[in-house]
Amino acid sequence: MPMKKVMKGNEAAAWAAKLAKPKVVAAFPITPSTLVPEKISEFVADGEMDAEFIKVESEHSAISACVGASAAGVRTFTATASQGLALMHEVLFIAAGMRLPIVMAIGNRALSAPINIWNDWQDTISERDTGWMQFYAENNQEALDLILIAFKVAEDERVLLPAMVGFDAFILTHTVEPVEIPDQEVVDEFLGEYVPKHAYLDPARPITQGALGFPAHYMEARYTVWEAMENARKVIKEVFDEFEKKFGRRYHMIEEYKTDDAEIILLTMGSLAGTLKEFVDKKREEGIKIGAAKMTVYRPFPIEEIRALAKKAKVLAILEKDISFGIGGAVFADTSRALINEKEKPIMLDFILGLGGRDVTFENLEEVVEISKKALEGEKVEEINWIGLRKEIL
Amino acid sequence: MAVRKPPITTREYWAPGHAACAGCGPAIVMRLATKAFSEAMEEKYGDPNAFAIAHATGCMEVVSGVFPYTSWKAPWIHVAFENAAAVASGVEAAWKKLGRKGKILAIGGDGGTADIGLQALSGMLERRHNVVYLMYDNEAYMNTGIQRSSSTPYGAWTTTSPPGKYSIGEDKPKKWVALIAAAHQIPYVATASIGDPYDFYRKMKKAASVDGPAFVQVLAPCVPGWRIPPEKTVEVAKLAIETGLWPLFEIENGDFHNIKFQRFPKDGKFKKPIEDYLRLQGRFKHLFKRPEAIQELKNQIKELWRILGKEVELP
Repeated sequence: MPMKKVMKGNEAAAWAAKLAKPKVVAAFPITPSTLVPEKISEFVADGEMDAEFIKVESEHSAISACVGASAAGVRTFTATASQGLALMHEVLFIAAGMRLPIVMAIGNRALSAPINIWNDWQDTISERDTGWMQFYAENNQEALDLILIAFKVAEDERVLLPAMVGFDAFILTHTVEPVEIPDQEVVDEFLGEYVPKHAYLDPARPITQGALGFPAHYMEARYTVWEAMENARKVIKEVFDEFEKKFGRRYHMIEEYKTDDAEIILLTMGSLAGTLKEFVDKKREEGIKIGAAKMTVYRPFPIEEIRALAKKAKVLAILEKDISFGIGGAVFADTSRALINEKEKPIMLDFILGLGGRDVTFENLEEVVEISKKALEGEKVEEINWIGLRKEIL
Repeated sequence: MAVRKPPITTREYWAPGHAACAGCGPAIVMRLATKAFSEAMEEKYGDPNAFAIAHATGCMEVVSGVFPYTSWKAPWIHVAFENAAAVASGVEAAWKKLGRKGKILAIGGDGGTADIGLQALSGMLERRHNVVYLMYDNEAYMNTGIQRSSSTPYGAWTTTSPPGKYSIGEDKPKKWVALIAAAHQIPYVATASIGDPYDFYRKMKKAASVDGPAFVQVLAPCVPGWRIPPEKTVEVAKLAIETGLWPLFEIENGDFHNIKFQRFPKDGKFKKPIEDYLRLQGRFKHLFKRPEAIQELKNQIKELWRILGKEVELP
């Protein structure tokens, strides 16, 4: 029987790693994800987890060791956040290019400067073009589930790409919630053992991995990463179905909440989705036709699901904890791409909020709705809006 | 009649047809190192093939792994410039879990080892991974042209340490990574030169045989980088030993009081002047107009020997 335990998001990630039975874990402590390697250390120390845990000297070496282990043919896991993820940046491309299904848990945290340990998504958003799949968890249960799902998708032979699972710093990493821990046997059935056909460093079958690609081959190699990411759309949905059958919890590329008759739809990712659902209930009581949507999968970007969602809304408000300087929010930019050739599309507005751990309050959300309503009534409003900004200290 | 076993195995892991220059010193290193490794693996595990190679970005990686070709007859992986030691750590950990017997060989040039890869190297050594790290030292970034590294010797010309009105060329003493590695108190550290292939072979075998990490720094002249004719590679490497410029030594478990030296003159007096070594190479040509720079180089070499516990005389 699955057991329920009250735990922090970081512990949920560590439990997921334990259940997935990676043979190699390499990690370096970084706030707010430090508890992940700490907990895994405990599991290993107590003999509850049979993994080689490499206590590396940096995140760059953490991901490098994972690449080495994965290229040698074993299931591999790591965890990091923020500056640590940024330090891995170079190797993230390599892991994807070499088609290594490494899974990484990330306590989504802001990037320096100024140095800030609190939540936003700038770390993972900045890695969106590396070829890693990206999942975002709303709560600790999702953090656990999505890591298991990430392994299953990553190791699928149609995909073979690494995956990162983000969960918001402190809001989830350090907050306790009841989490259902699935039975080991069911997880074993779900994941099976990882036996790669393409990546092994076996003296009996010597192969060269990580060769130099001249212009005659480089583009095709990159195309295969594109193709794998396209394949991932289908595979993720299949895995969501299988996960539901095995564990009873349902996941969607985009999960919708009271969107069917909504005029204004607020789209977001991560833990903010929980806040939005509550806020939608409140506004519904006031008679405002509003709905919420949560993007669980950001890479591959759920293009079809965005199109379906956009058909329902008159205003699509994107709420995001990241900024791409010189254009606006990254999710907004990606969503725009998904809708660019649609005949009918909603008014699209972007709201940058909650950066560096700033609380996103109902007041902030009221402001989002006010601006959206104005746009709905035909008034001209800004496309990119910074919400909760303390203009008085600028 | 008993047939004597050849002193160097006839097995090959570095295939002919790679894209290195004629007379390439590092290419000789690759061939000898893998041969020595296979012999050690055969003796230790009964399987000459029981090893895998993690290679840092650099000239040897580039010339040996141009898709769709490969020069490697062993499992081989290249990831990036600075992380061969970390990648090797991961491979070793995976092998441990797979129950695979053998040892990992990590290879990097001086750029990927002395400079950008030093941190990953330190981490790997400190964690006691069962990996041999082989630093082939051609004393500059040769993959990208000829730019100075922290392993470039004093006075040498490179494209980023050009001699000029206000410069004698490289103006810092060479960084000796073997000593940094030895400070980790790992089982085995050695320096070698392709000028003494048997000594290099023996040391690689020993490095591969010990349990735990080992580090070998081998001098490997670069034909275009050192401005030497292709047929002079081995001669130059030999002169480096004979002039006292390149000490051959072994340090076990970080015991600096018991350094084993090879080819060290009993009286501490090197017979050949370092000018013989410098004269063969275009990269030191300008020093002959600056005798004080040659003297400074000699002083630095003496100081290195002093740190190693030896007083030497250089003619």
